[in-house]
Amino acid sequence: MNRTDALDMVRESISTVIPDADVVALGPDDAFRDVLEMDSLDFLSFVEVLSERSGVRIEDEDTPQLTTLSGSADFLIAHTE
Amino acid sequence: MPSLGADMDEGTLLEWLVGPGDLVHKGDPVAVVETAKSTIEVECFATGTMTELLVEPGATVPVGTPLALIGPMAEKPQEPERAGKPHRPRKPAKARKPEGPTEAEKAEERQPVRHAPKKAEPSPPEPAPVPVSASAPPAARQPGHIEAGPLVRHLAEHSGVDLETLHGSGPGGRVTRTDVEQAAAARAAPRPPRVRATPFARRLAAELGVDLATVTGTGTGRGSAVCAADVRRAARGPATPAPPAGAKAVRPVARPAEDRAAAMRRAIAGLMSRANRDIPHYYLSTTVDMAAAMDWLHEHNRRSPVGERLLPATLLLKAAAMAAREVPELNGFWTDDHFTAGEGVHLGVAVSLRGGGLVAPALHHADTLALPQLMTALKDLVARARTGRLRGSEVSDATITVTNLGDQGVETVFGVIYPPQVALVGFGRVVDRPCAVDGLLGVRPVVTATLSADHRATDGAVGARYLTAVNRLLQNPEQL
Repeated sequence: MNRTDALDMVRESISTVIPDADVVALGPDDAFRDVLEMDSLDFLSFVEVLSERSGVRIEDEDTPQLTTLSGSADFLIAHTE
Repeated sequence: MPSLGADMDEGTLLEWLVGPGDLVHKGDPVAVVETAKSTIEVECFATGTMTELLVEPGATVPVGTPLALIGPMAEKPQEPERAGKPHRPRKPAKARKPEGPTEAEKAEERQPVRHAPKKAEPSPPEPAPVPVSASAPPAARQPGHIEAGPLVRHLAEHSGVDLETLHGSGPGGRVTRTDVEQAAAARAAPRPPRVRATPFARRLAAELGVDLATVTGTGTGRGSAVCAADVRRAARGPATPAPPAGAKAVRPVARPAEDRAAAMRRAIAGLMSRANRDIPHYYLSTTVDMAAAMDWLHEHNRRSPVGERLLPATLLLKAAAMAAREVPELNGFWTDDHFTAGEGVHLGVAVSLRGGGLVAPALHHADTLALPQLMTALKDLVARARTGRLRGSEVSDATITVTNLGDQGVETVFGVIYPPQVALVGFGRVVDRPCAVDGLLGVRPVVTATLSADHRATDGAVGARYLTAVNRLLQNPEQL
C-alpha cells in the first residue's frame, strides 16, 4: 500500500463513521479524534472500519498510533508490507 | 401525543406509518413525531385496527392530544380507544388498556398530572373530536352509561359540563379530564374557530409571518380551506404581522438548524431548571480500582474480532445497571409525592449530539444483557440518537440514567437528575493514578463513580450502598 492510498483509506474510514466530518480540511498531523470530537464509540467504529478495509487486525494497544492521519497511514503501510 | 420525556410539552406529527384500516400491534411503530430534542417513532400501546387518524402530518399538538382511534380487530370498529396516550414511565403498560374498573379507575385518578394544570390549554388540533353537545356516544356504548372516574365526574359537575354530551377520548371511550376541560373551555368562551388550512399552508404561513385567520380560503373541502396560494397572496398584500399567539400551532415542520438548536436548549433548560428547583440532590463519590476490569477487557478484546470489542463504558454501564437492580430504591420515579420502583432496569444513557445538546434514551433491561449484547445495543442506540430515530419507549421510560464524560477527559461528573427519575450515575475518565495496594504504592487505572440522588426518595445510606455495589461489581468483571 502506498502512502496516498493509505491516507485515502483513513479519510474514507473517518467519513464512514462521521458522515458530515470535513476530512479534507484535516491536516496530516491534526489529532482528528479531538478535532472531530469523536467519542470512544466513534473511535472504535473507525478502528473497526479501517481494520475491515485494510485487512489489518488493529489491537487496542495499537490505537495510540492512530491519532493522526499520518500516524494512521504509517501504521497501515507498516502492517501491509 | 405521548409524553416522550418529562421535558416535552408538544410534538409535531411528521408522518403516519400506518393508515386507517391497518392492523396494528402493541409496540408497532405507528407514527413519527418530532420533539424539541429528536425525531421519535411512536409505538402503539394496544393491538387493534386503526380506525381514524385524527392529526394531520405537519400539525404540532400538545402532549395528551389524541392522535388516532384504534378499534378492536373486528370488522366493525366499536368502542374505539385513543392511540398515543402519554407514555408515562411510571405507569405499567397494562394500565393503559381498559381492563378492570380498578385499573382504569386508577388511571383516571392519575389523569390530572398528565397535563400541567398551569399551562393554558392550547387549541386542539383541527380534526380532534372537540366535544359537541349533539355528538352521539360511540355506537357500542350503553346509552346513559358514561365511563368516567370520580375525579372527572367531580370536575364536570363543577364546571357545569354534562358528561352525557361528551365524546370520551380515554381507553374504551372513557371521559377524561381533558375532555371535560375542553368542553368547559368551549362553554365559557367559545374560541374563534380554528382556520381550516392545509398543512403546507400552515407551514408557509408560519414562514412568511402570515396570520391564517386573516386569509380567505379558496381551497376545496368544507369551509374553503386555506391553501398555499392563499397564503402567498396574503403575504404579498398589506402586511399583517402574525400575532405571536398563533405561532405555536403553525410551527414549520422542518425547522432550521438554529431553531432546532434553540429548541433543544429550551427543552434542556426547562427540564434541568425543574430538576434543580424540585429535587433536593445529594451527591456521593467514590474511586473505583479498574485494574481487574481493564485487564479483563483487554484480554477479551485480544480474543475477539474487531467488531465485537468492548469499551470500558460497557463494563461501567453494566455495573451501574446491576447495582440498580440490587438497590431498587434508586431505580424508578418520584411522582405525586411518592416513589414508584421501575419495572426492570432501563438504563438511560446520556448521548451528546454533534450539533450540541443531548438526549438520554434507555437501554431496556440493561441489567440482563450480556456484555456483547449491551455493547451492540449501545452502539445502535447512540447511532440512532445521533442520526436516525429513537423509539418512544426509549426516550420515555429510563428508570435511572448514566452519564459518562470520560471521553471528554474529565475525571468527575456531578450530574443533575433527569426527572422524574431519582438518581443519576456519573463516570469520569479511566486514569492511571498512584494507589495504595496491599500496603505498597502502585499505579492503577481508576475511575471516579458519582451518584446524584433525590433526597426525597432516598437517604445517603442507600446511595452509599449503590456506589459500593458498583465498585464490587467492577472488581469481578467476568461476572458482569
